[in-house]
Amino acid sequence: MDELSARQLREKIVAGEVRSAEAVAKVFERIEKFDPEVGAYISTYRDEAFETAEDVDRRVSAGEAVGVLAGVPVAIKDNMCTTFGATTCASKILENFHSPYNATVVEKLLAADAVIVGKANMDEFAMGSSTENSALKRTVNPWDANRVPGGSSGGPAAAVAGRLCSAALGSDTGGSIRQPAGFCGVVGLKPTYGRVSRFGLVAYGSSLDQIGPITRTVDDCALMLGVIAGHDPSDSTSVDEQTAHVPDYLEKLDQPVGNLKIANVPKFNEGADEQVRAALDEALDVYRQLGAEVLDIEMPHLDYAIAAYYVIATAEASSNLARYDGVHYGHRTERPRDYVEVYSKSRAEAFGKEVKRRIMLGTYALSSGYYDAYYLKALKVRNLIRNDFADAFGECNCIVMPVSPTTAFRLGDKIDDPLQMYLSDVYTIAANLAGIPGISIPCGFDDKGLPIGLQILAPAFGEAELLRIARMFEANTDWHKKAPPLESVDN
Amino acid sequence: MEDLAYKVMVGLEIHVQLCTRTKMFCGCALGFGEDANSRVCPVCLGMPGVLPVMNKEAVEYAVLAALALNCEIAEFTKWDRKSYYYPDLPKNYQISQYDLPLGANGFIEIASGSGQTKRIRITRAHLEEDAGKNLHTAGDFSQVDLNRTGTPLLEIVTEPDMSSAAEVRALAVELQRMVRYLGVSEADMQKGHMRFEPNINLVVTKDGAEYKTPIVEVKNLNSFRALERSVDFEIGRQLGEFAETGETMQMGNKSTRGWDDAKEVTVLQREKEEAHDYRYFPEPDLVPVELKGRWLKDVRAGLCELPLKKQMRFVSEYGLSEYDAGVLTAERSTAEFFDEAVKAGGDAKRVCNVLTQVGLKLANEKDCSIVELGIESEGVAQLCGMVEAGDISASASAQVFEQMAETGKKPDVLARELNLIQKSDAGELEAIVNKVLAENAQAVEDVAGGGKKSKKARGFLLGQVMQKTEGQANPKVVSEILDSKLG
Amino acid sequence: MPERIDREQVTKVAKLSRLELSEAEVAEFTGQLSAILDYVEKMNELDTTDIEPLAHCLPLSNVFREDSVKESLGTEKALANAPQRDGPFFKVPKILDESFGA
Ligand SMILES: [Mg+2]
Ligand SMILES: [Zn+2]
Repeated sequence: MDELSARQLREKIVAGEVRSAEAVAKVFERIEKFDPEVGAYISTYRDEAFETAEDVDRRVSAGEAVGVLAGVPVAIKDNMCTTFGATTCASKILENFHSPYNATVVEKLLAADAVIVGKANMDEFAMGSSTENSALKRTVNPWDANRVPGGSSGGPAAAVAGRLCSAALGSDTGGSIRQPAGFCGVVGLKPTYGRVSRFGLVAYGSSLDQIGPITRTVDDCALMLGVIAGHDPSDSTSVDEQTAHVPDYLEKLDQPVGNLKIANVPKFNEGADEQVRAALDEALDVYRQLGAEVLDIEMPHLDYAIAAYYVIATAEASSNLARYDGVHYGHRTERPRDYVEVYSKSRAEAFGKEVKRRIMLGTYALSSGYYDAYYLKALKVRNLIRNDFADAFGECNCIVMPVSPTTAFRLGDKIDDPLQMYLSDVYTIAANLAGIPGISIPCGFDDKGLPIGLQILAPAFGEAELLRIARMFEANTDWHKKAPPLESVDN
Repeated sequence: MEDLAYKVMVGLEIHVQLCTRTKMFCGCALGFGEDANSRVCPVCLGMPGVLPVMNKEAVEYAVLAALALNCEIAEFTKWDRKSYYYPDLPKNYQISQYDLPLGANGFIEIASGSGQTKRIRITRAHLEEDAGKNLHTAGDFSQVDLNRTGTPLLEIVTEPDMSSAAEVRALAVELQRMVRYLGVSEADMQKGHMRFEPNINLVVTKDGAEYKTPIVEVKNLNSFRALERSVDFEIGRQLGEFAETGETMQMGNKSTRGWDDAKEVTVLQREKEEAHDYRYFPEPDLVPVELKGRWLKDVRAGLCELPLKKQMRFVSEYGLSEYDAGVLTAERSTAEFFDEAVKAGGDAKRVCNVLTQVGLKLANEKDCSIVELGIESEGVAQLCGMVEAGDISASASAQVFEQMAETGKKPDVLARELNLIQKSDAGELEAIVNKVLAENAQAVEDVAGGGKKSKKARGFLLGQVMQKTEGQANPKVVSEILDSKLG
Repeated sequence: MPERIDREQVTKVAKLSRLELSEAEVAEFTGQLSAILDYVEKMNELDTTDIEPLAHCLPLSNVFREDSVKESLGTEKALANAPQRDGPFFKVPKILDESFGA
């Protein structure tokens, strides 16, 4: 049953062939068995999960209508607000924070009758590429316990890869869905900016953040996106139906895209590890065999994406994280001398190193005298990058590139060198700057048995076609069917 | 101390609270005096994950006010975050407008005496959210109430064009009247709906050279009186200080002083303008506002004749005194009611008298406005016409007016019911006059004698006729009959 | 090569960020931020003279809500996460400088 996709599981539950409570029980069994090592979850909600599952089962047997995720166990990254449990962002500053409201995506999951089994680990405030910046939990890669699961959505990706849930939601500001999905050998989609409501997503870089699915199959990814996509009146930056219609992502999913033109950016990919490049070349061959035309293009400004990103994201973060001050909620220092110390000590005590570093960097980039040189310059570079994409999409349906220059690196390898850590986001960041959708799908393994991801990028609001293109690859390869060795322990 | 020639320069930074139903970026109701922290939600509490959504009404109110201030309206405007840490600011940034305010380069006309006006330039007008309140009265700690957090504010910045405390007051009063006319703010200073922060300095002439004194910003002004007094106080204080120290305006020596209402002095709060670094940047959670086309036209349609213009028209068109015109235009509804009554045929001065002497008094007693008395403007015009025609006396009109408010009946009906119609029947009155003349031969003789005595006697005879008719004779008609009889 | 950002600047930025840093942290951040800023300088290879800054990729403007009242949280829920409260108020150490305003 583990290998049922979320969509298949839902169908069996609705057909009365499998009970949701069974599926949930199985998931919790695995969590108990494997999560002490994997560390995917910050918190789990067994009682609530069974309650929902049993309600779904009851409604199914009573012949009542149930939602499109009926009875499916899902995990959400712990930066999405829930009225149950705490919403911690893997930070000490929010360790005991209880949200009085649910994020819009959480409401949508609940309305679709999904079973939320728990809240998954992440880099503190989504700042990181390895989940090592979590202040609350250590997550390892299910394929190799000495390696990172990627980040910042390392918890959700590890949970999906480890079969500790059927599907999950992560968030992606500079690659935080796609990179851990790639490291963990699962599917991760960052939707177009504005496609999914950010209301209730604890903000990191507001103009870049986007929630998206992490799943085992493209099929499930389309299913999940259909649940969470769409306009939300509580998020002014979520796009309305008139501006960009939300199609049925599953409807034509299995229809290959005709006259498919795929752009490859060889010069940009040069920096990637040899095995990663080889996997990419093989993936391109798969597409060629399916009739696609692969054209080599240049995108001259992509090399500047990291520089622009680390200015824009940190500038926004420095402002977004100003609210964690120990006054209205969250950690407060014990004996402040005055109200200014409530701020400076509470924040110093409860923010981790990387969060402090980014707040500092962003504050500096916005401060008087430096605004033009850093922040404004970065916004201009951002425009150049967006134009590169606009030019490219004039010639092709999609652009492929690696998800990361390497496969999952060792725990501790980059943690003391922030710049090296930042550079590992080289392939994912541009999509956030340009606001376009990008997907990461499994496309092979390196000689250490670690998954390699293939990234496909599409024009804004082109998720339906992007998913079809990804599905074409998936339907003709078996990479997604491989499960991490945890599996053997179970059997 | 030598006598120094000087000019006063005052600019104002003004915050006007808009009277929308809800806050700028969330659905919490605006209120005053509710329980602390009861009118708050995750959005205005700045909780993790929340996002702001613009209140359309607030934007429209702000644009309307900016239009009335003759501002250029930005076709494209956006929001910015202004960062500073303070307990009443839960996000530790304020959503405001920085480089693209919705209105700029406007002006407001203020009365400068004897029918003249003076133009005060408006630098900019922008929309922003208010902070909450920190209270310091509880002991050795402070309390924070966030009910006010997120209230829509229109910030207006003027050029330093005011050259006296009286002009500062005139602008404040004019602006209050204006925003009330437009219906965009209740503009109650006591409730903090309008907050004025004057920036004051002097240009002193000494030995043929001009010196600018350091700029002082004054805070804590809760009334027009305080605003005016503080400016006057500062003029004197700065002049004295200049004479003593000779200090002039430099970069960074702007100071902030608070107004002590009891002592009527300003007290130094901050010596030097701290180098604030607000780190403004575009608010990524909101999209731009494009103020053009049909929408702007619809908003513009909300404009009305502004109070000062109306006041001046009442003087020039209707011949009212400045004072009366000021009284009638204090509130838009009263001014419009007056206009309607005149258009319905009432004599302007008489309508003015009825409204200012009877109407406003009555409205005041009932704690409502004139229009809320339930009287039609046509009724007032009719009432004035009856006085004009001599059907009722001027003093009786007050009684009729009150009854109109009481009963909703028409003035002619009420005058009859109350027996206030004056006798104007010449035949009937002639008989009475004849009787009076016959009974008062001495007085008739005195009239004929001429001189001082004659006038007095004639008055006496008129009085007798009025007495016999129990005051219901039309004095004008009686006078005419007397004239014809006495020659 | 001199550091892109010196200790004094780091201390100033820490103050602006309301982060109390130890001497060791200041030293560490000075080095790390300098390295990152050196990298970021890379942007200056690009001529952006006629390029508009792009703060947002969205095809949206004029997104409003109607001015209608939604239920507030109420005092108890509003204060539920407060580290310290005094009756219906959030409680903080005495604020002595009333220097800020809207
Ligand atoms: Mg302001
Ligand atoms: Zn609110």
